[in-house]
Formats: sequence, C-alpha cells, structure tokens
Amino acid sequence: MEAGALATPPRPPRPVPAGPTWRLADRIGIALCWALGALFCAIAAAIVIFMLVQGIRYVRPSLLVTHPTAGFNETQTGGFLDPLLGTLLVAAIAIAIALPLGVATAVWLSEYGRPFALARLTESAVEMVAGTPSIVLALFGTVVFSSPALGFLSRSSGGVVFGRSFFAAGAILSLVALPLIVSSTREGLQAIPTHLREASLAVGKTRFATVRRILLPTARPSVVTGTMLGLGRVIGDTAIIVILLGATLRFNSAGHAPLLGVLKGTGSTLTSYVYQNSPSGEGNQPSKAYAAAFVLLAIVLVLNAAVEIVRRRSQVGSWNP
Amino acid sequence: MEPMSPPPARQLVVGEHASPNGNGSAPAFVSAPRRRVKPSQFAIDRMLAENVSISYGQKEAVKDVTLPIRQGEVLALIGPSGCGKTTLLRSLNRLTELTSSASLRGQITLDGADISLMDPTLLRRRVTMVFQQPNPFPLSVYDNVAYVLREQGSRRRPGPRLLDGPVRDALSRAGLLDEVADNLKHPALKLSGGQQQRLCIARALAAQPEVLLLDEPCSALDPQSTQVIEDLIVKLRDDVAVVIVTHNLQQAYRIADYVGFMYLGELVEYGSGRTMFSSPREQRTAEYISGAFG
Repeated sequence: MEAGALATPPRPPRPVPAGPTWRLADRIGIALCWALGALFCAIAAAIVIFMLVQGIRYVRPSLLVTHPTAGFNETQTGGFLDPLLGTLLVAAIAIAIALPLGVATAVWLSEYGRPFALARLTESAVEMVAGTPSIVLALFGTVVFSSPALGFLSRSSGGVVFGRSFFAAGAILSLVALPLIVSSTREGLQAIPTHLREASLAVGKTRFATVRRILLPTARPSVVTGTMLGLGRVIGDTAIIVILLGATLRFNSAGHAPLLGVLKGTGSTLTSYVYQNSPSGEGNQPSKAYAAAFVLLAIVLVLNAAVEIVRRRSQVGSWNP
Repeated sequence: MEPMSPPPARQLVVGEHASPNGNGSAPAFVSAPRRRVKPSQFAIDRMLAENVSISYGQKEAVKDVTLPIRQGEVLALIGPSGCGKTTLLRSLNRLTELTSSASLRGQITLDGADISLMDPTLLRRRVTMVFQQPNPFPLSVYDNVAYVLREQGSRRRPGPRLLDGPVRDALSRAGLLDEVADNLKHPALKLSGGQQQRLCIARALAAQPEVLLLDEPCSALDPQSTQVIEDLIVKLRDDVAVVIVTHNLQQAYRIADYVGFMYLGELVEYGSGRTMFSSPREQRTAEYISGAFG
C-alpha cells in the first residue's frame, strides 16, 4: 500500500474553475432564454385565451349549421356551414394528393435515391416549394388552371376557363402540405436502423416488400405527424383559397353532377370567411369572424393534440442503436 | 496462395475433457467442456468460397480466402476487429452488394452453383442471416416469422391456416415456442434481448435455409441467453450449415467444429476447433488465441 503510494506521487489538486466572468455570461444567457421562452408562452396563451373568450362570446351552435347569406347586420348574415364544409373538402382534396405523392417521394429519396443527381434535384425542389409563399403558389395556380387543357377542373363558358374551383385550390394546397409530408416521412425512414433493412433483405425479401411491410409501418408515426402538420397548414391557408376558390360565400356548383359539380364549382372556407368578415373585409362582421376563427383554431388544436397522441402511442419499443 | 484443403469431415477428434497439449500456448479454457459433445453423423459440402477477395473502394477487406462450409458442422470465424470476418460472412448471401463501393473477386458457390448468378432474393432465402443486434421487426412475434413465409410478388398470400404450422415450427426450432406459444400476437420488441435474438433465428430458419449465417449473435446478450443460443446452434448443425462470426474465443471453442482465424483480411489458419485451440500451426493464431493481441 505504502509502496504503491510512493511509486505514484499524489496528483496536485485540480485548479479551481476560473473566475465568475463566464458564469455571469452564462447566467445572463440562461435568463434570456427563460425570458424569451416565457414571452413566447405568454403570446401563445394570449392568442388562445383571446380567441377562446371572443369565440365563446359569439359562437352559437346554430352558426355551424346555417348557410351564410349576404346581409347588412349580424342577424341577417346566417352562419358558416358552407365555409366549414369547404374547409373539410379542400383539406381532403389536398391531403388525398399530397399524402401518396409525399410518401412516394420520401421513400424514393430515402431508400433508393437513384439517379443521384435527380434525387438531389428533387430534394431542392421540395425545399423550394416549402419556401415559396402560398400567394405565389396561388398565382401560379391561376395560370395553370385557367389553361384550356385543365378546363374540365373548373367552370368554363365559351372557351374561357374560370380556373377557380375546389379542385384547383385543393391541388395547389397539396403543394403546401407536400414538403412537410416528404420531410417528416423521410426523417422517419432514416431513423430506422440500417440493420433492420438488412434483416429483411437477409431473409430473401425484395426492397419493395421491405419498404411496404417493414419500413413504412415502422415510420407510420412520422407519416402521420407530417400529414397532420400539412393538414394544419392547408386548413390555415388563406391566400390560395381567396385566389383559387373563388371566395363565393356558399357552394356554387358548376353543372348538376352531385359531387363533381361542387368540386368544379367555387365556395369558401373558414379562412376566407374570417378574412371576408374581418374589419378589413367586405362583410365586416367581426363577431362572425371571431366565431369562425375560434372554430378554425379549435380544429388546428385538435390536430396538434392528435399528433401528440400518435407520437406517444408509437413508443412501443425500440432497438438499441 | 494455394487453396487450403479442408480436413476431411471424419477426422473430427472429439474430447469432452480435452487437455492442453503442453506446449504452453493453449489458453486455459481449452480444458473446459465443449457443447459439441458428439460429432455430427454426416457432413455435406454446401458452400465453397474460392479465392474470394472483397474490397471497399481501394481498401481490401478480405484477401484471397478459400473456405468450405458444410452442413453438419459449425464453422466459426474468429479474429480481431476489422479483420474482414463479417465482410466475408456478408458476402456469402451477397449482402455486401448493398454497399455500393464493395467489389468481390473469386467465386462463391452454393451446392455447386455460382451465387453471383442467382437471384439475390432466392439466394438469401437459402442463405439467411442473423445479426449482432437483435433486430426483430416492429410487428408481433407471429408476424415476424410469417413475414418471411409470405411469398412476395404473388397476389395470393398464404392464409393463416397455411402459415400457422410453419410459423410454430420455426419458433420451436429456435427454442422459443414454449415461451411465446400462449401469446403469438405479443409485440416482438417487448421480448427480452435473448428472446428477440431467438426470434431472429426463428425468422432466419423459417425460410428453410441451407446455410445459416450468424454475425456475433450473442455479443449483445447476457450469459444465460448466450448459453441457450449456443445450445441451439449446436442442435441446428445437422439441418443447416452454420457459420458464426464471433469475438468470443471461448464461444468458438465451445461450439465450433471448425474454426477459421482471420487476420488483416487473410484466412491465416483453418482447422478443427480442437486442433486450432490446442496446437495452432501458425504463430499469429497462437498469439491471438492466447490473448497476445486482438
């Protein structure tokens, strides 16, 4: 024991960590983070509470089931049944396009990625679409959907294509949701350890079977998250709706085919309804705007809650990294 | 390099209480009992790697290896990290092809047929693999095995009635059936590590392979699970050719009929497990198994 102690002389005591200067900076940094975090929470809370109070003041169940009408005061203008259904319709179209397209793109980028140059190009294209303001997408949409070749997707008379319809708005809105679905699905796929893919290939499964039966089911929570986030963006988008949906208060069908007519026709959504009835809109009925905004916010909050539930439920177990 | 001629199968010398031969180089565990208590009744040549070299880009990971793989015997590949043993193992069912920079020279045959000419999915059903990490699919126990049995590409997927027998059979061959029989719908990721690894073995066996490749199957497991799996490997030896890569020399000693020692990509020595550990021919082998490096 003593011999050992002699052989290795005791280490000199560690120097005391340097003075309080960096500690102060550290403290200021932490305080700043705290303050900003608290500020952010306060802002979010203010929005929710404000909308909640205003909403509860003005929301009546009857508003949800009455058609809107033009009128001079609030007793005449009715409810917002059409915008509510319009929101659901537009969201359904957008997701129906964006989900398969986004998942397929993500699978290709993550699992195949060949040809390399095209994959990189696609990546940048997706990022570019993600960064494009929706009003620009909407303008682009008016050009595309006014072309005679796509006349069957909206109302047309005498060879002039109107170019505004649920089809048009839904298709362009799918571009808003697409990047979110692609990136979320891709992240989910890339989080799956490589040895799981190899395990599937090593028992004689094809790449496609591996993707279809193992990888996509494993990445499902990410797909759902991306879809929900995309759905939130779609529901909340105003510019595309105002420009491409025609912003007629009620469903204005083109033709007499039951669903097709509606889809080819114009209408409104909750966002365009809020815009219309805000103090700067033509309707200028703020109480209706508050009520509709409250319903809109409630839908988005429910979606967020759904994302959280899916995330938590998916924690079944995992492989050690 | 002259192709190494494998020792004939019947020359197996079996000693339950083998003793070191006294040259001082045999490690202490050589006197320990081995799991392989009896030689297999027969040994059939299944695969043959001839002058196989594998490179990743410029780096040669496996150099001119010639090695037979026989049903009825457990072949263990040992060697320090990075010696190419896992690469060699992965090349046996063409998993190396997943790495785009990998290239292979030489020939590997399965029952006389060149594997590079086979459809990789068919080859991988005949030569299946179990990995170092237990990696069950995030499905139920049942579906993990049934997934392998369901034919891909055909519209008609075998129904539950057709699958049930083979699934249970594979699970029982992997020694897992008794533990999971009452709840086959149990999520596989909730099994213990040892159970997960046996499920992976069941999955690999479900394809009815001729060769089973095991890449350090016990390195992530506790000693008891390791023991269960070692017993299992020895039992499987008669039905499938087993190749196991292991870092654990004592494991190789306990279960292997033949051992290949690899070092820096070369197959330094190949011989029966007992000879290899008690009287290695090569200096490097002797050093490695006595713990001088590795």
